[in-house]
Amino acid sequence: MRRILAILMENEPGSLSRIVGLFSQRAFNIESLTVAPTDDNSLSRMTIATKGDDKVLEQIVKQVNKLIDVIKITDITDRKHIERELLLVKVGAMNDKTRTEVTRITEIFRGNIIDIGKQVYTVQLTGNAEKLNAFIDALQNETEIIETARSGCVGMARGDKALRV
Amino acid sequence: MTTELFTGAEMVVKSLSALKVKYIFGYPGGSVLDIYDAIFQQDEIEHILVRHEQAATHMADGYTRATGEVGVVLATSGPGATNCITGIATAYYDSIPMVVLAGQVASSLIGNDAFQETDIVGCTRPIVKHSFNCRSLADIPDAISKAFYLASTGRPGPVVIELPKNILTPDNKGPFSIETDIKMRSYNPNIKGHPKQIKKAAQTIASAKKLVVYSGGGIVIADAAKLLTTLVETLKAPITNTLMGLGGISGTHKQFVGMLGMHGSLEANKSMANADVILALGARFDDRVTNNVEKFCPNATIIHVDIDPTSISKTINAHIPVVGLVEIVMQQLLDELEEINFTPDEAALSQWWQQINLWRAVKSNSYEQNSGDKIKPQRVIEAMYKITKGEAYVCSDVGQHQMFAAQYYPFAKPRQWINSGGLGTMGFGLPAAMGVKLAFPDKHVICITGDGSIQMNIQELSTCSQYNLSVVIVTLNNRSLGMVRQWQDMVYGGRHSSSYMESLPDFVKIAEAYGHVGIQIDSLDELDEKLTQAFNIKDRLVFVDVMVDENEHVYPMQIRTGAIDEMWLKKGVKA
Repeated sequence: MRRILAILMENEPGSLSRIVGLFSQRAFNIESLTVAPTDDNSLSRMTIATKGDDKVLEQIVKQVNKLIDVIKITDITDRKHIERELLLVKVGAMNDKTRTEVTRITEIFRGNIIDIGKQVYTVQLTGNAEKLNAFIDALQNETEIIETARSGCVGMARGDKALRV
Repeated sequence: MTTELFTGAEMVVKSLSALKVKYIFGYPGGSVLDIYDAIFQQDEIEHILVRHEQAATHMADGYTRATGEVGVVLATSGPGATNCITGIATAYYDSIPMVVLAGQVASSLIGNDAFQETDIVGCTRPIVKHSFNCRSLADIPDAISKAFYLASTGRPGPVVIELPKNILTPDNKGPFSIETDIKMRSYNPNIKGHPKQIKKAAQTIASAKKLVVYSGGGIVIADAAKLLTTLVETLKAPITNTLMGLGGISGTHKQFVGMLGMHGSLEANKSMANADVILALGARFDDRVTNNVEKFCPNATIIHVDIDPTSISKTINAHIPVVGLVEIVMQQLLDELEEINFTPDEAALSQWWQQINLWRAVKSNSYEQNSGDKIKPQRVIEAMYKITKGEAYVCSDVGQHQMFAAQYYPFAKPRQWINSGGLGTMGFGLPAAMGVKLAFPDKHVICITGDGSIQMNIQELSTCSQYNLSVVIVTLNNRSLGMVRQWQDMVYGGRHSSSYMESLPDFVKIAEAYGHVGIQIDSLDELDEKLTQAFNIKDRLVFVDVMVDENEHVYPMQIRTGAIDEMWLKKGVKA
């Protein structure tokens, strides 16, 4: 089952490698991983999307928590949460028909065309992974996808619940 | 008033002094010469020069296992540091506190593939509790102090500190101060067991009909043997120890049913398999204990006490997990049992013990030794037990001799039995024994080894000469890699692929070449006398090379993929 883990950790050199190393060392799955400093520069916030049954998930959470640099980890999947991912996609836009279709699909998905080339459009879209996948599928039916870049998901619990020191 | 200024190298030594370090085990080299210079100019800490960095880590490890003090290793960058890796992993797998100071090339050269540069923090990342890259003078005392704190608290383990050359040299100096009262927002190991879990555990124990206590290395590390004995005597239940937990209760205690697991006693494994409640204390349901996890103790409610939450429900699901320091949780349990007026269910206990005594009567730890036979390895261990009155520190290498030692030398106390249980590191025994001897020069310290293992760190005989470490080395010499050969006999149709040790050296001559005493024992009738003679030599290292029966296998042995109590008692005989 797909899970989203939010991790708060010391913003130290090597912290990221400890997390990544742990996942590979214990054969845990990583679907996506994002990391950046928080408003407090001494802290990094990481979001990992992973897959596994309850037993594996329990081990992942415990093993990550065991790392000395990790302050908190929480599985946000079970409670109400917000999940967002950023997609940049460059698609072929060689004729009017394609350009119109790409623009229409982008509008339907509430994305933005943020750059154009001679025969390409670059589109930006945010949403959860499912929406991004659906968008890519829709584009694929109309034109050639030249390049995609996805940020991996970031997530946060809804309401008052917060992950902080 | 001007503040006194120190070099980074001086800060290393001053930090270690502040943390009351007595010994550093190490080997010099380019990047750490400044530290060696600083060591030379003080006399609070003694440096022990080994002959290979791996031995430095094992020696520090042995010292720690015997004393409980954090072992300190110093190695140069590159090969010096990478030679420590096996020793660091050994300590990691057995939760031994250790601080490894590794040199590094100057910061300006890092990443350039400079001479003797390796990313030792990267290399050791999966086998350390934590590691530090020092980048400035001020980092040094902070990193060392934190390293000691991390290494020795919670679930202990090794910590690596990387020290680039440029922060050690006299070019940079700074004021020195060290904070030894460490607090870290990201590290707060749980100390006390959750009261609700304690209540549940106590109630479950109180209603058990067939309780077994299963204790591991956590008891030894926590120095909690006395409390364990009190708890077990209150419960009147059988207790089994893991390989790492031997000595946690006296090996001759009447409630002790022996070691469990792959080469455990039948009564220990049967008790586990038939228990209705298992109280696991500082043990981690290792695969060498459980055998097939699918068939593991199906009727038991499992109470699992451990300081490390990751150990709980990793291999075997715990019904009542308790995270906390084992000595504190045991006291909580005792208090709770008193609170609920616990009295053992004598009728159930009597039935349970009757059953256990039937398993005991099988005498699964037994062997046949007739006069005229080649010496049986088990017989050698029993002889040593008698001669040393069961009081020696026994440091083992890895293989058949390790199992025979665990089976036939009942340990009275914790920290008396020192072996590489988790990683299974051949070559561990001799340097570990040296570390123990350094700490306890007046005690018998035995290195039980084999003709394979001893050759993995035999160069340390030289270190023994230098520091007069009068260890008694007893090699159970079967002219082969016994445990490998045993598996080849049992699983690989007797095809002895590379398990035969051709061209063994003359160990007596080797010992003598290093200035030690060498004794060879070929036959049973000279065994006791010559062994006694070896242990009577107090001020010299004695290397006893005992020719044992190469066909002897370690029994009992769990049947692969079977339940915990499915065992071979001897060749072709199932329990």
